Amino acid sequence: MHQTQYLRPTSLDEALLVLADRRFEVLAGGTDFYPARVGKPVDVDILDITRVSSLRGIRDEGRLFRIGAATSWSDLIAAPVAAPFDAQFAGLRAAARDIGGLQIQNAGTVAGNLCNASPAADGIPPLLALGARVELASSKRTRSVALADFVLGNRKTLRQPDELVTAVLVPKWRAGSRSVFLKLGHRRYLVISIAMVSAVAALDDAGRVALCGIAVGACSAVAQRLSGLEARLIGRPAREAASLVAAQDLKGLSPIDDVRGSAAYRMDAALTLVRQAVAQAVDAGAAP
Amino acid sequence: MNLPMDPGLRSLVGADLAGMALSVNGAPQILHCAPSKRLVYALREDLGLTGTKVGCDAGDCGACTVLLDGKQVCACITPAGQAEGRNITTVEGLAEDGKLNTLQQAFLKHGAAQCGICTPGMLMAATDLLSRNATPTEAEVLDALGGVLCRCTGYRKIVEAVLAVASNDVVLDEAPVGAAVGSRLARLDGPAKLTGAEKFGADTIPAEALSLRIIRSPHARATFTLGDLEAFRAAYPQLEGIITAGDVPENSFAVFPTPKDQPVLADGHVRFRGEAVLGLLGGEDAIRAIPESAVPITWTVETALETSVAALAAKKNALHDFAPDNVLCRGRVVKGDVTRALKQAAFTAEGAFETTHVEHAYIEPEAGYAEVFEQDGKQRIRVFVCTQTPYMDKEEVARVLKLPADAVQVVPSAIGGGFGGKLDVSIQPLLAVAAWKMKRPVRIVYTRPESMVSTTKRHPAQMQVTLGCDASGQLSAVDFVGDFNTGAYASWGSTVANRVPVHASGPYKVANVKALTRAIYTNNAIAGAFRGFGVPQACIATEALMDDLAEQCGMDRFEFRLKNAIRAGDQTATGQTLAASVGLAQCLEALRGAWHNTLGDVARKNGSRSDSSGHGNIRYGAEVGRLRYGAGIACMWYGIGNTVIANPSTMTIGLRQNGRFILYNGAQEIGQGSYTIMPQIAADALGVSVALIDQIHGDTDLTEDAGKSSASRQTFVSGNATKFAAEDLKRQLCEKLGVSAEATLTLEGAVLVGRAESGEQRLDLAKARTDARGDIALGSGTFSPPTIALDADGQGVPYATYGFAAQIAEVEVDMDLGTVKVLHIHAAHDVGRAVNPTQVEGQIHGGVAQGLGLALMEEYISGRTDNLHDYLIPTIGDIPPITTYIIEDPEPIAPYGAKGVGEPALIATAPAIFGAIRQATGVRVAFAPCTPDRLRQLIKGQGT
Repeated sequence: MHQTQYLRPTSLDEALLVLADRRFEVLAGGTDFYPARVGKPVDVDILDITRVSSLRGIRDEGRLFRIGAATSWSDLIAAPVAAPFDAQFAGLRAAARDIGGLQIQNAGTVAGNLCNASPAADGIPPLLALGARVELASSKRTRSVALADFVLGNRKTLRQPDELVTAVLVPKWRAGSRSVFLKLGHRRYLVISIAMVSAVAALDDAGRVALCGIAVGACSAVAQRLSGLEARLIGRPAREAASLVAAQDLKGLSPIDDVRGSAAYRMDAALTLVRQAVAQAVDAGAAP
Repeated sequence: MNLPMDPGLRSLVGADLAGMALSVNGAPQILHCAPSKRLVYALREDLGLTGTKVGCDAGDCGACTVLLDGKQVCACITPAGQAEGRNITTVEGLAEDGKLNTLQQAFLKHGAAQCGICTPGMLMAATDLLSRNATPTEAEVLDALGGVLCRCTGYRKIVEAVLAVASNDVVLDEAPVGAAVGSRLARLDGPAKLTGAEKFGADTIPAEALSLRIIRSPHARATFTLGDLEAFRAAYPQLEGIITAGDVPENSFAVFPTPKDQPVLADGHVRFRGEAVLGLLGGEDAIRAIPESAVPITWTVETALETSVAALAAKKNALHDFAPDNVLCRGRVVKGDVTRALKQAAFTAEGAFETTHVEHAYIEPEAGYAEVFEQDGKQRIRVFVCTQTPYMDKEEVARVLKLPADAVQVVPSAIGGGFGGKLDVSIQPLLAVAAWKMKRPVRIVYTRPESMVSTTKRHPAQMQVTLGCDASGQLSAVDFVGDFNTGAYASWGSTVANRVPVHASGPYKVANVKALTRAIYTNNAIAGAFRGFGVPQACIATEALMDDLAEQCGMDRFEFRLKNAIRAGDQTATGQTLAASVGLAQCLEALRGAWHNTLGDVARKNGSRSDSSGHGNIRYGAEVGRLRYGAGIACMWYGIGNTVIANPSTMTIGLRQNGRFILYNGAQEIGQGSYTIMPQIAADALGVSVALIDQIHGDTDLTEDAGKSSASRQTFVSGNATKFAAEDLKRQLCEKLGVSAEATLTLEGAVLVGRAESGEQRLDLAKARTDARGDIALGSGTFSPPTIALDADGQGVPYATYGFAAQIAEVEVDMDLGTVKVLHIHAAHDVGRAVNPTQVEGQIHGGVAQGLGLALMEEYISGRTDNLHDYLIPTIGDIPPITTYIIEDPEPIAPYGAKGVGEPALIATAPAIFGAIRQATGVRVAFAPCTPDRLRQLIKGQGT
């Protein structure tokens, strides 16, 4: 049998050097790696990045927050964020609490969720709504791309084999912006979403929508921003916002029929969830 | 394999000779395995800590939960390498100085462990919580334990136990001498389940064991030929053996004598996706590494008969030559004249109902080993396996090996959930054939997908049902036609076809009944035994129509059922007059308050929109709020034991020189409590403390045949056998002492003391003669429920006694999303006598949870939901508070009056939930499961 390697570097430079040499499977929480290999031996070389301490944690970098690639969902839930910006993470934290059980939240990482690129990845809609970017590094260069561009399709990203996702970069929204996350599933815990929606909004002093981001997951191969709807909501009074959501706004989605629900049901439910998410985001955002 | 260029990186390579140092339960350990090895296997195999269980290998079930630096993680998806230098705590690390810790003690007292397979995971998740928060709220308990699935308990007693730690409510209940029956004696196998000491199917492996990997059909129906197996072996030198159909001496088995229609390994023809074709033997990792595509099998795919309808319509290509119409079996119960009664009925209600495949989803996948050994100059084979039926396993293993039955020994492991799924033959003949051929021990542990794809399911049902009643609301007719998709092989299909018609009229007095069923072969997964044998499906149909009739009559749904409830002295659909222990009316009366409270609660929550007719049949107009509430009620009955077919049980109990009794208990413990209940019964029959009774459990060489742990029969049937055995022993001991049979027996150390009115006699047991096993005297008892065979119209006495129940469900429905949240279940069950109320409640809770799953989320689709994240069972957050009402209408011929409750617990739940959904939404649910998309579709369809 092929003797596989398992490397555990402690610095980013070492990790990138490993990837520069040849193909390794990058592993952090293992929460997607092992389930894909039930009943099968591990037959790939592994680069375990969990000992690269610089990749762990959330840092305020002025205009944005840096979520290190090895930051677990539990880290994210517990991380202190300065008060004016705390609420913009509410949706992402709500998603974190709905990802598996605590066991998965303690091991699984935010970046890993993006790299796995499941259409039902719970982390993607909140980050998409926030306008997050993904930072990738190789031994040659570092680049950052919009999350919307990073995920190419079902289980496909633009990460090159010699690249490591090093961080998720979340821009700072206007102080007091609040995000929400709504997940639809068949049961309370441990459930893959039938559909999910995240919305983030900031209101101006007159109680009108100043900024907003809305994203829908599990209703297309890649979660989608509803940019048409977002544009329409800008400048509208918060109390009207939910009523402005129309079926037309979901036109860009392309849900499938699967064991969790029919395509028609997903569209129907997504509309309900978008209305609800918008209502909650602007309502909460209205608070000073 | 080249290492990266930088020599400094060499130190990063995992498993070097020094190994990986870590701390496990406070003790330093070194792991020498590959760092990519799943931590759970490193713990189990490298360190021998088998208390941590594997349920899915995918982070879906949480059975493998351990603490990594104090935080819960799934050890099945954690690389061993990540544990290096860190602290691991497993279930073995919980007990303090050999004593259960407070949390374990709370689990024991509150009945939080049933089969025990999820218990280590639950304990570790709770330990994580309690280390952060000593006084958690219920919501915090749910969040912390949400990642661990349990299929037995319905979770409520687990929540109760975790909450009890803060209040130190952990003192065990007493089982007084002479009153062990009725006490809340903590389960006797509890400590082993709570410390990780209990050995389940995968927890014992003989040295030198080969692993067996089964290659299965990817097609629902196909013929195949095997290619050059010698060349295949040569290409994979790690292969130590292969088994094919040609290696099976008698390649057919089944749970019934006829038809023996299932091959151990398919012989050129497969009939369902997942059928076993060939076995590979060798080291576990070595055989797992062989790509499936390398196995030389040439397939010719045939058109599969995917549904009952297709199978019935097929004019050719039947699954089996002996069943050209694809009908395995027909069931029939006819009484009176249904056609005329329906014509004369003041009100009738009819409907078509359908249910899908449901997976047992026990958390322990099938596992065990077989080994050949010599005894008295003869070769024998021992099969160690998780099973509900060691004696049937013994017969079937002997059959396929063409050995006399006494050449086979079946040693049941502890069983991590069964529910009917382990009432069938799965790994037993495969292991036996492989071990017999290789003359080496052979083990197998099914992966979760393999367990799901290859083992039995609940029968999908298609039912067309009509009910009629007179103007006063008296039921007059039930017309039931049901087709049950039994899949590729017979399994328990005939039991379903025969049991359903008997029960199809519900627990009601009905003069005219016609109930016809068929079990139909298809190229689907095999449908077999699953808690209720078809009755839960039938109950969904009849109870929905009961609601229809109540509405037409303008009667409250509760009162309508009470009016029609079958009572002592009434006749059943099979013409059986129920003489005693018919507690349905008492069950309903016990729920009267809860029903009215629930209706009031629902009306209040629905606000002004609800109708106030007082009938409890609230319907809504156009104005609908998003959240709607409803109450539902359903009743059920269930014949205890086999349908007519003899199901005797024999138990024996001895007294030993050490002054302790020994119960040879063949009533297989499957989490339901037979390991505790039988000693309770024996203790009272002997008049001694239950603490004086030791047990030998299940081993077919050591115990008598107590039949299967199925059909809710063990408490009634084996309980009687136990009582008779203990009474027999007492008679013998009194005789030895020379006291009257009414004497009181006590033990003073190894001295047996008999006290009667005539005086006191003593016997020094240490000096008494024993038989070869060491028993001074051996009492034996046998019981088989008295039944009378059914005639061509299904008339007769199919069961000696019945369990009864009524349940109320309250639900909240999100009208826009179609989601249903069950808010509360009230469950009243006539169990005759609760031998152990904690365990009766545990059975009810677990049954309710499975009923809730059946109602709302469980749908097995072969090839698509072969895992525990696509196949959904309820989590701890899905089970509402359950209020139990134990009704004890004693059965005169039962031990202390006790009847079974295992299956009755489940049956009424789904129809009660559907009744509640109907009240909330106005739609009648005729398809289970009622998933959000289906319910939303129904709601939209009615134009609200």
